[in-house]
Amino acid sequence: MNNEGVDTSKRQFLTSALSVVGAVGTGYLAVPFLSQMQPSAKAMAAGAPVEVDISKMETGQLIRVAWRGKPVWVLNRTPAALETLNTLEYELADPLSNESIQPENSKNQGRSIKPEIFIAVGLCTHLGCSPTFRPELAAPDLGDDWLGGFFCPCHGSKFDLAGRVYRGVPAPTNMDVPPHRYITDTHIIIGEETTEEQSA
Amino acid sequence: MKPTRTEACGNWILSRFPVTKLWNEHMAQYYAPKNFNFWYFFGSLALLVLVNQLITGILLTMNYKPDAQLAFDSVEYIMRDVNWGWLVRYMHSTGASAFFIVVYLHMFRGIMYGSFKQPRELIWIFGMLIYVCLMAEAFMGYLLPWGQMSYWGAQVIISLFSAIPVVGDDLSLWFRGDYVISDATLNRFFAFHVISVPLVLLLLIFLHIVALHEVGSNNPDGIEIKDKKGADGIPLDGIPFHPYYSVKDIVGVGVFLFFFAAVIFYAPEMGGYFLESANFIPADPLKTPEHIAPVWYFTPFYAILRAVPDKFAGVIAMGGAIVVLFLLPWLDRSPIKSVRYRGGIYKKALALFVISFVALGYLGTQPATAGAVLAARVFTAIYFGFFLLMPIYTRWEKTKPVPERVTEQPSLEDRIPAVIETFHEVTAKKSFTDTEGNTVEKLRPNPSGIANVLVRGLKKLKASLD
Repeated sequence: MNNEGVDTSKRQFLTSALSVVGAVGTGYLAVPFLSQMQPSAKAMAAGAPVEVDISKMETGQLIRVAWRGKPVWVLNRTPAALETLNTLEYELADPLSNESIQPENSKNQGRSIKPEIFIAVGLCTHLGCSPTFRPELAAPDLGDDWLGGFFCPCHGSKFDLAGRVYRGVPAPTNMDVPPHRYITDTHIIIGEETTEEQSA
Repeated sequence: MKPTRTEACGNWILSRFPVTKLWNEHMAQYYAPKNFNFWYFFGSLALLVLVNQLITGILLTMNYKPDAQLAFDSVEYIMRDVNWGWLVRYMHSTGASAFFIVVYLHMFRGIMYGSFKQPRELIWIFGMLIYVCLMAEAFMGYLLPWGQMSYWGAQVIISLFSAIPVVGDDLSLWFRGDYVISDATLNRFFAFHVISVPLVLLLLIFLHIVALHEVGSNNPDGIEIKDKKGADGIPLDGIPFHPYYSVKDIVGVGVFLFFFAAVIFYAPEMGGYFLESANFIPADPLKTPEHIAPVWYFTPFYAILRAVPDKFAGVIAMGGAIVVLFLLPWLDRSPIKSVRYRGGIYKKALALFVISFVALGYLGTQPATAGAVLAARVFTAIYFGFFLLMPIYTRWEKTKPVPERVTEQPSLEDRIPAVIETFHEVTAKKSFTDTEGNTVEKLRPNPSGIANVLVRGLKKLKASLD
């Protein structure tokens, strides 16, 4: 090719300008492509609050309900179980729940509104398995000093009966307590903390 | 002479597409070292398994439904009602495990004979990318049956992303397309598993082979055969890939298919290692199975994840276990390629690495008890030690002289007399009197002979490790 008498700096400028414009265009096109993998409007809308009737629950019983596709536990703790919560402070990673997710009215030792009724999202804060409910004392596979709680079968994280994580296990924080409120003494709404009128 | 119709037809194509040139470059005039052994089967076997996965996979998509409501039942439908559906599905699920067996052996061959070293670093990098792609492919494919293990396995693996600081949660949400593993996740995993990842995989395999055929194959002696060429410009130790290795590989294919068919027909679930029992229960988002473990080919990395008592550090260690493999060509400072001429320290390190990889694989299938976690920590340290200490210990190595030309190993036939001799050594004839009073001679084990053979074997093993 004969480049004589050609101003190559103009060609260089045109090449660079075209590259920049092309890159910007590709960048803009990437937005709809990447964004369409985000949760759809339908997935965002799902997740209405659910109502739970706890009137038939016995002490020590755990029931599971689905909220936003996640397991939510409702546990009716025995008085003995509540007493164990006092004794664990030094074995827990976050006994006061400062690093953990819960509504303000559940940020206490038992992580609940009413002491005996404990409500939590039943997913381990490590990698999202649902821990198993192990209320028995000194379970053979969990050691003689096991006071009852939750054990994650996936990676061995341990939680006490208030969903507080033990030290030295992979889970970083306590289990999440979802927003919830009592409509009556035995009916709970999971998924909202205050009614529309209260928040207004 | 006027060309015949067939010749004319052939010429028409040849003047438009370089069939002969391609064939010669990659088959009939591609010179491979003449001393390939057993370990060199696994590259072509990986291609065979790939073809198996593509064909059976396409057949499965004809009846599978990527919908959270229908997926589990559609797999059962394939297993029960579709003609030969069970065979196609088991060929696909067994093929996945076979793929990893073949690829792990192929990678080990590369590590053993230094096939990752200069000038083959890019072949190794492309190969590692293929391996990562395969893991993604296998992981996403495992969600599709929508069983309990599918669901909770995917939940755990996607949650790994959430350990990344700042962007982690948004990233895992974007990848799932929902707040939990759901229909949206299943549908997109189907798209990735069936279209995106296989396309990338095919491209990478193409690059892997182009890079290989540019520099030429390594061999068990780790010698560059291109350094010694005859007057005709052909490497003295090279033989054309076709027909020599194309025919040799057919033997490998025969043996492989024998085992492959045995598993498909007699143990398609492989006692829960190829298809886990929990996966025969439909996905239940409210309940994790009592014991969850990934499929066997992920368990070494899963054990490393569990060994670290911190979420982010665990994920880093798990990712790091794969990243160090990419760095292998630059970690190994020894100029010698093949383990045959390398120093004892490298042989011992390699043996320890293999032991720790297998042990981690086993521990990953077991529940996370305190003892298992402790053992996993020790083996994780050895795993990383093999790679990270490599720049140091490969400098100390006392290597052996490398021969000028490739060597010939004793063939199976040459070994028969020694085997017969060993057999005589470990057995002794003893006379017995049977019930009718006749004397009969019977072969019985000979304890002192067995002890001698064992001691000799151990001494030989020790000598070979020095």
